[in-house]
Amino acid sequence: MDRQPVLVLTSESPEQTREIGSWLSGVARVGDLVLLHGDLGAGKTTFTQGIARGLGVEDYVQSPTFTLVNEHDGTAPDGTTLRLYHLDLYRLAGEADLESFGFEQYLAPVDGITLVEWPERAAAVLPEEYLLVRLVPLGANARQITIEAVPPEGMYEERLDALRERQDPEG
Amino acid sequence: MNILGIETSCDETAASVVADGRRVRSNVVASQIALHRAHGGVVPELAARGHVTAIIPVVEAALGEAGIERAGVDVVAVTEGPGLAGALLVGVNVAKALAYSLGRPLVAINHLEAHVYANWLMLPVDGTSPVAEPPPAFPLVCLLVSGGHTELILMTDHGHYRHLGRTLDDAAGEAFDKGARLLGLGYPGGPVIQRVAEAGDPTRFDLPRAWLGESYDFSFSGLKTALLRLAEPYRLPPSLEPAPTVGPFPEHQAAAFAPDAPLADLAASYQAAVVEVLAVKTARAALEFGAKTVLLAGGVAANAALRTCLADEVARRCEPELGPVPVRYPPPALCTDNAAMVAGAAFYALRRGAQAGWETDIHPRLRLTGT
Repeated sequence: MDRQPVLVLTSESPEQTREIGSWLSGVARVGDLVLLHGDLGAGKTTFTQGIARGLGVEDYVQSPTFTLVNEHDGTAPDGTTLRLYHLDLYRLAGEADLESFGFEQYLAPVDGITLVEWPERAAAVLPEEYLLVRLVPLGANARQITIEAVPPEGMYEERLDALRERQDPEG
Repeated sequence: MNILGIETSCDETAASVVADGRRVRSNVVASQIALHRAHGGVVPELAARGHVTAIIPVVEAALGEAGIERAGVDVVAVTEGPGLAGALLVGVNVAKALAYSLGRPLVAINHLEAHVYANWLMLPVDGTSPVAEPPPAFPLVCLLVSGGHTELILMTDHGHYRHLGRTLDDAAGEAFDKGARLLGLGYPGGPVIQRVAEAGDPTRFDLPRAWLGESYDFSFSGLKTALLRLAEPYRLPPSLEPAPTVGPFPEHQAAAFAPDAPLADLAASYQAAVVEVLAVKTARAALEFGAKTVLLAGGVAANAALRTCLADEVARRCEPELGPVPVRYPPPALCTDNAAMVAGAAFYALRRGAQAGWETDIHPRLRLTGT
């Protein structure tokens, strides 16, 4: 049977959503691009707080809706500094003009990982490979969290394998 | 002393002449709303490009309205941050060029500090006489609330700040904008929520208040999820058609509500949840630090529910111990981004010798510190 390029998880609470984010950050490597897809209230901020916690970021993860990008210093599993670039394209209306905001320089960061909220606002200019996280509400607190390597056979498949090898936060 | 202020930190291109830190002689704001409306939102690159084309005419208009020539400018002041890098660059470079060519001092101002100083400004009533009010008395506590900021600031004297608290996630104005979108009310969210909430019962729905213990920090992100949960029963069932996709992403379905959905009560309850935490923490800080004045600043300072709630909380908590503590806020034109507040703040900054050098740069992530 083919290996599935998708992990489907269920989070029962905001804290569990944070744990899944933290768990994901454990397999992140410099240069990684993670896209975070979900509507308002789906838990994108909560998930990002988990990633930041997993990277040892000490700052609060303020919404980058207004500033477009926030940077935080974290620590990679090997102890080196790893920067978290947290982008939010919510205020953008389309793909035009992403260029001068410097969007492209964040797509393959040389000193950290990039997390993009509202990636659909830049759908036409995204690179071919990324890790896609989808958050879908299943009720008041429960969320379906899907982690997908795009494309299925690409470099991010390895991250999914690494995730599977680690302790599943659900059990 | 005539100070020319320039402000381009986000969406507005603004220039203003203020005399002696308080008397507004002109206040020109070229809003890019028309430009943005065509694109359905704020597009930063358009904002930066808009600043480039607007800045010189806006400066000329500010000088013209004030009735002075360029040579009549004694000091040039500009916002150095925080804000969008591309937008800030336009203002800082124009200000530098003007100051250099006129041989005048340059002053670089923190946008957050400028918002506080909007409370010192006096607008001309009939073109000649300003509204005379005494300046705010120290120590003061200022709540700065806008689409991008939620800051609680203690100011013990000119230039002496302590940042007591800030939002840990979403800004208050952002909370209003996103709440309005969740209720399908439209944009801009703050005014829409306020208007719809007027007919609503703010006690009907119980939304959480993020008190965060004794901290003066704020958190509004969780409110969105709570609002979503309360509104869910009134939402029309989603269309059975598969959602259209943008690249690999299915589009989020816009909220549609039954005609009898209690949107006014939801909006009022949501607004009350945001406003109560802002007002209570500000009043608590005013009491702890013995404030002689409480100030509001930023675009959300125009929210009537916030003004009422803050006045009530300050009266209830502070008055028994401190006596009456006035709650002040700038006129609407000086709450949102403008350059008069930059020129006003620069007068007091210059008095303590805060002149900027020609190497002055932008600081997109600038914070408000200093004692």
